[in-house]
Amino acid sequence: MVKTGDKIETRNLNVYYGNFHALKNVSLKIPERKVTALIGPSGCGKTTFLRCINRMIELTDGARVSGEVLLDGMNIYDKDVDVIALRRRIGMVFQQPNPFPMSIYENVAYGPKIHGVRDKRKLDEIVKESLERAALWDEVKDKLHENALKLSGGQQQRLCIARALAVEPEVILFDEPCASLDPISTAKIEALIRELSRDYTIVIVTHNMHQAARVSDYTAFFMLGELIECGSTPQIFEKPRDKRTEAYITGRFG
Amino acid sequence: MMPLRGRGGAAVREKFIEALIFTSAPIVVLIFVAILAYIFANGARVITLEFLLSTPRLAGMEGGIFPMIVGSVYVVAVCMLFAVPLGVGAAIYLAEYASENIITSTIRFFIDCLAGVPSIVIGLFGLTFLVHFLKLGYSILAAGVALAFMILPWTVRVSEEAIKAVPRSYREASLALGATKWTTIRRVVLKSAMPGIVTGVLLGLGRAIGETAVLLLTLGSAASAFIPTSPLDSAGTLPVLLYVLATQGNTADAYARACGVALVLLAMFLVVNIFALYVRNRYIKRYEGL
Amino acid sequence: MESEKLVEKLLLAAAASAIFIVFFIIVFMLRESLPVFLEYGADFVFGMTWKPAEASFGILPMIVATLLVSGLALMVATPLGVACAIFLAEYAPPLVRNVVKPVVEMLVGIPSVIIGFFGLMIIVPFLRTHFGGYGLCLLAGGLTLAIMTLPHIVSISEDAIRAVPRSYREASLALGATKWTTVRKVILPSAKSGILAAIILGLGRAVGETMAVLMVVGNPETPWIPTSLLDPIRPLTSTIILEIEYALWGSMHERSLFAIGVVLFAIVAILNLIAVRVIKRGVMA
Repeated sequence: MVKTGDKIETRNLNVYYGNFHALKNVSLKIPERKVTALIGPSGCGKTTFLRCINRMIELTDGARVSGEVLLDGMNIYDKDVDVIALRRRIGMVFQQPNPFPMSIYENVAYGPKIHGVRDKRKLDEIVKESLERAALWDEVKDKLHENALKLSGGQQQRLCIARALAVEPEVILFDEPCASLDPISTAKIEALIRELSRDYTIVIVTHNMHQAARVSDYTAFFMLGELIECGSTPQIFEKPRDKRTEAYITGRFG
Repeated sequence: MMPLRGRGGAAVREKFIEALIFTSAPIVVLIFVAILAYIFANGARVITLEFLLSTPRLAGMEGGIFPMIVGSVYVVAVCMLFAVPLGVGAAIYLAEYASENIITSTIRFFIDCLAGVPSIVIGLFGLTFLVHFLKLGYSILAAGVALAFMILPWTVRVSEEAIKAVPRSYREASLALGATKWTTIRRVVLKSAMPGIVTGVLLGLGRAIGETAVLLLTLGSAASAFIPTSPLDSAGTLPVLLYVLATQGNTADAYARACGVALVLLAMFLVVNIFALYVRNRYIKRYEGL
Repeated sequence: MESEKLVEKLLLAAAASAIFIVFFIIVFMLRESLPVFLEYGADFVFGMTWKPAEASFGILPMIVATLLVSGLALMVATPLGVACAIFLAEYAPPLVRNVVKPVVEMLVGIPSVIIGFFGLMIIVPFLRTHFGGYGLCLLAGGLTLAIMTLPHIVSISEDAIRAVPRSYREASLALGATKWTTVRKVILPSAKSGILAAIILGLGRAVGETMAVLMVVGNPETPWIPTSLLDPIRPLTSTIILEIEYALWGSMHERSLFAIGVVLFAIVAILNLIAVRVIKRGVMA
């Protein structure tokens, strides 16, 4: 197994929702510029884990986090870490495509604008480049100023990816990005994720094991809030070490 | 690689704006706390058993406010007598019988229209139609009916929501047992919707208690010393007395008495509303418990 | 089965009562006021002089007074109310919101005579002491009316802000936007039409409000167009209440008071229609 260095590392990460212990002592390393898939049955904590990485978990009422999440060796839960700066470096794409009710252009330009890019030419450039990287440019270049909500579901999701790319993150978190999409749109997003992994560290939560097998380099299996097993994707799918992983992979529960 | 710490100037400006937003809520709360505190502090001093239970002398400058309490309760009772059957009946029709067609959309449109009529216009209408045309005179009946027109849209809306919130399965269960539609509505739907309807009725009642303009136009502004008996009697009411004392009193004593009247009126308003909130909360909890 | 049909008929009658009431309101208001409109026409609405004893019935100064006092109230209540709504919807801990929101909704129905009384006892003397004059003036009316419309604006704006999908917030925050940036750039634009509707409805409410204004604006004998915030004014609603008692029933004076009611109703109806339009357009976009 060739390691390129770890971009993110969690140490003894615990999350509680009130009295419910949602994530139990998870320690996981996420390698740089690779796709890491998080799989497991519903309620296993994979989305909770994902939302810890950019501290979106703090938006959930009553959620408490303990343990460490290191980004390039620095704990993002340290008191003096600015969550805004953190989220610029870690983008996120959600389960339901959630473009803003603005034009396509404004959606992509939103991030750079709020982070201080004012120059129109520079913005145009960022928008074009981001849409190109999200493989959406050719489909929308003639209607950049139309409302984003007019796009199809798959296009909306790629727009959300472009919107995330526009703030030049280092990591992109995908939370079941294809859950609401048709097979053709799904294939496009998957190809895009593979493509993006050349430049970005990607973490994807999916309930679709085939998708995990198709897009990821590494896979982590969660169950009931615990990290059961992690390793290279071929190893997890072909030679799982844990019985529970094997049971899940072969479709005996979940 | 970008640092994870510190953003500088922009953050300071944001904190300032957020501080403004954070102060807005206490300001709003404070305004109303000040109003309540003022009325409680000044009103409590004049309120005695005698003030509450005796009749006024010298056009309300002395004596008590008992006839006005009776008058207010009487007017609101008449109002409810008209508003509740009409409002709940309309709500049942809209929620249970009507299919969405031109008739219901027309009905809804007119209910919205009625909701948009300023209370003073309702008062004028009461004056020409009820007081003069129907020859009810300045009376409790005229005032009560005019108030009923005012709160009717409100009663319909809240009751309809309550009825629509009753799960479909309840209706189906009853119908499947061979109950007729009306039996189902009466025995099952209305029973489940009752807390919601009661909340709506109470909120309407709270609104009717304090309405003044309608009363000035349909009941007159006399500070009557008589305790009304017939619905065709004229009567003094708390809001009208408060208005008269406040604008014509012009002495420290009159203002103090006005505070007392305001406190009684406010207490009635608060009791009705808090009771409505209580009923609604219990009802929400019951549904969440299911 | 017969009684089933009867019940349905009765319920339909209850539902249709609103149609008859509105119809009767229009018919009877017009019946009283039509002679005024026929005789004076546009001079009624645009006339500058209101002297019932001399058969001059011009209400323009009152229309201006009503619009000024309502506009002033909204200018005070809108920033405060919308800020409070933003606080409740976006910043307040759930506990605070769950207490404050029902209280605000309750205050929507607070008797206006009580607010007017408070204005008369506190705001008027304050203005008299600090700015001179009688204290009974346009500014006192604006402030008192602002208190009256405040709960209304908070309540409707808060609903509009809360109706913005959660996913918009998450998307913006995940891009590294701050909370305030998210509110300003995403939430408020999405809630814009709802907030605007709240303001217009608030304006309609202010225009039709009677007691809270009547008690604090001074109501000079001759209505006029004020030149200062400290001038006393005579709005439409005040005139109706103050003069209805001594206007002879059936006289042109009495009828002109009903005509004022019609004008008031028309202004409020137009504002409500605009609000409905604004909401509809917001839904389409």
